[in-house]
Amino acid sequence: MLELFNAAPHGRGGVVAKDMTSVSLTETAAPPADWRDFLALTKPRVMTLVVFTGLCGLLTAPVSIHPVLGFTAILCIALGAGAAAALNMWYEADLDALMKRTRSRPLPAGRMDRETALHFGVGLGVFSVLLMGVATNWFAAGVLAASILFYVLVYTVWLKRRTPQNIVIGGAAGAFPPVIGWAAATGDVTLLPLLLFTLIFLWTPPHFWALSLYVRSDYAAAGVPMLPVVSGAKVTRQQIALYTLPMAAAAVAPWPLGLAGAIYGSAAAGLSFVFLLLSLQVLANRATEPARMKPEKRLFAFSILYLFAIFGALVLDRWLA
Amino acid sequence: MTPDQEPEDQLRARQKGRALVMALALGAFVILLFAISIAKMTVNQ
Repeated sequence: MLELFNAAPHGRGGVVAKDMTSVSLTETAAPPADWRDFLALTKPRVMTLVVFTGLCGLLTAPVSIHPVLGFTAILCIALGAGAAAALNMWYEADLDALMKRTRSRPLPAGRMDRETALHFGVGLGVFSVLLMGVATNWFAAGVLAASILFYVLVYTVWLKRRTPQNIVIGGAAGAFPPVIGWAAATGDVTLLPLLLFTLIFLWTPPHFWALSLYVRSDYAAAGVPMLPVVSGAKVTRQQIALYTLPMAAAAVAPWPLGLAGAIYGSAAAGLSFVFLLLSLQVLANRATEPARMKPEKRLFAFSILYLFAIFGALVLDRWLA
Repeated sequence: MTPDQEPEDQLRARQKGRALVMALALGAFVILLFAISIAKMTVNQ
């Protein structure tokens, strides 16, 4: 019986897993959480990539936006991402308590009660959408609301615990920021932001599966059906290599379609080539112990740099054109 | 200091920190709303 009980050392609300078959939560009234714990709920490190891709979407749009309104749009994207992360942590407090990587988060560590996290997430989400609508346009606000709901309802609640395809479909949530940035500036969505959406959507599986290969035991302990847990390392490595091909095509596509210039095209081609080489190294690796998974760790690290560099190249290309 | 005083002090410090952050956030929000109003008027002119 998996029972989640108040594990906090000083009687504060929290959750810890005892065993693996069912879940119940017992909470005690917790004293007010520290403001740093609210900040931690928003997953600030993940937010940097969200903010950067959103900013690039805004800067590559063919119309200029007033700097104050542009700043507000990016702030709203960041707050919306923070709200989605807080609601994710609220829903997954039981899973987080089971994984080494996440057990020190505010909820499983007992530094905050779940109700506070829920109120914070809902409040921040509603605030970000309303502010986006008032400052820019209601289409961008609608896309922002859809991205928060997609991450929370489709990925966190529906897919994550049910299917190894969780991050394939759920990856769409992380692909919204450039579309929102573009929509904030223009009020609509055209082919280029849709290609940027497709790029992040196809980038997410190799990015996450590279990580999940070497933290497989964590996911297995928590009962999360990530691909390496369900289908094994070999199939996961094949899938990583397979997803890299359409991802590279989506990355380079804006160049031949005339939506970006040679600066972006050569950067996208070069970076995608390196990504492909690293994914082939992962495919060739047969290791099962995390200590011998250097190609996987290298691919995961490079995948973050890849997205930063490719979006940076797009903005540079637009500015120099 | 008695053993009961220490958690109470920690609690007060945490409440003070939260109040300060909330005050700063509200102040920033007021300034942001003012800036958005000015920006919207500038864009619409």
